Amino acid sequence: MQKTHDHKALWLVAPALLLVAFTAVIPLMTVVNYSVQDTFGNNQFFWVGAEWYREILQSDRFHAAFLRQIAFSATVLAIEIPLGLAIALSMPKKGISVSVCLVLMALPLLIPWNVVGTIWQIFARVDIGLLGYTLNGLGVDYNYTQNVGAAWATLIIMDVWHWTSLVVLLCYAGLVAIPPVYYQAARIDGASRWAVFRYIELPKMSRVLLIAVLLRFMDSFMIYTEPFVVTGGGPGNATTFLSVDLVKMAIGQFDLGPAAALSVIYFLIVILVSWAFYTIMTREDFEPSGGVR
Amino acid sequence: MDLSWMAWTVPTVLFFSAIGSVLALMASLYFLRPNGAEPRPGLFFKLATTRGDRLFISLLGSAFIHLAWLGATGYDLKWAAAASLVYAAIVFWWG
Repeated sequence: MQKTHDHKALWLVAPALLLVAFTAVIPLMTVVNYSVQDTFGNNQFFWVGAEWYREILQSDRFHAAFLRQIAFSATVLAIEIPLGLAIALSMPKKGISVSVCLVLMALPLLIPWNVVGTIWQIFARVDIGLLGYTLNGLGVDYNYTQNVGAAWATLIIMDVWHWTSLVVLLCYAGLVAIPPVYYQAARIDGASRWAVFRYIELPKMSRVLLIAVLLRFMDSFMIYTEPFVVTGGGPGNATTFLSVDLVKMAIGQFDLGPAAALSVIYFLIVILVSWAFYTIMTREDFEPSGGVR
Repeated sequence: MDLSWMAWTVPTVLFFSAIGSVLALMASLYFLRPNGAEPRPGLFFKLATTRGDRLFISLLGSAFIHLAWLGATGYDLKWAAAASLVYAAIVFWWG
C-alpha cells in the first residue's frame, strides 16, 4: 500500500534547523575555511590547500594524542556502562527510597565540569588532598603530577564518579518503563534472574543503552575541562588528549590553520564512531520485509 | 554584509555549494520520489539504508578516503577524489 506522506511536520523542525545553522554550520564552515589557509592575524590569509591536513595526519603528536583519546574513551565506557547498568538493576523500584536514590544519583551531574576538575585536583593532591595524602600514608606511591599511571587513574576514576550516574538514570528510566506483565510471564515460565535480564530487561533497555553509549562516547572523546584542570595534559604529555592538544595548538601556539585542520579531522572521527555505534546497535530493528519496527 | 571573518576562498565556496546542491537535490527527490526514502537492505553487512543514509555514508567515506590518502601517500588528491566517486557510486548502487 502506498504510504501517505505529510510534509507539514517539516516546517516544525525549521526553527531548530535555523538555530543549528547559526550555532554549528556557519562556525564549522569557517573552521573548514581556516583549515586550508595560513594566517598571521589581522584577517590576512594565505592559501595552503591540504597541507595542514597532511602535516597533522603524518605527525607523531597527532597519532599519540589520538591513541590516548581512544584508550580513555574505551576505558571509561568499559567501566561506566556495566557499572551503571548494575546500579540501575539494584535500585529500588518503589517507595521513598526511589526518590532518595535518584537525587543522590543526580548530584554529580549537577556539578559544573571545571568544578569537578578542581574538586579532584585538590582531593588527589599528596600534600593536602584526602585521597592523595591517605594513599601515600598507606605506602602507595601515588602522585598524579609525576606518575603517569596515577594521572590516568585519577582522570578515569573522576570521570566514572562524574558520569556513571547518567548511565544509571537512563537505564533506570528504561527499566521502570517495562510493563509488569513481562515479569509475570517470566515468573509463570520459571525463568531465572539471568534469563529475565537477558531476554526481557536487556532488549527493552537497548534504546536507552544506545543513548547512554553514544552520549558517554561523545562526551569522553571530547573531554577537555577536567583533564585540563587536574593534570593540564601531564605529566609530560601523558594525558594530552586530542581536545587538550587542539587547544594548545589553537590558543597556546596560535597555529589557527593546523588547529582548524585537526578540528575537522576530530569532528569526522566523532561522526564516524557515533554513526558506527548507532548503526550496530539499531541493526536488529530492521525487518527484511522493508519496514522498520 | 562583511563575511571576511569567515575567510572564504573560491575552492571552499565551490565545495560547500556542491554539498548544498546535493542536499537540495535530495530534498527535491524526497518530494518527487518519496519511495526512495524507504530503507532497503544493501550488500554491505546487509545494512538497511535509505537514500539519505547512502548519501551520508558516501560523504563520510569520501572524507576518510581523502584523509587516508593524505596521511599515507604524497600523491595528488585528485586520485583520492576519483576513488571517492567510485566508492559513492558503489554505495548508491549496491549499498
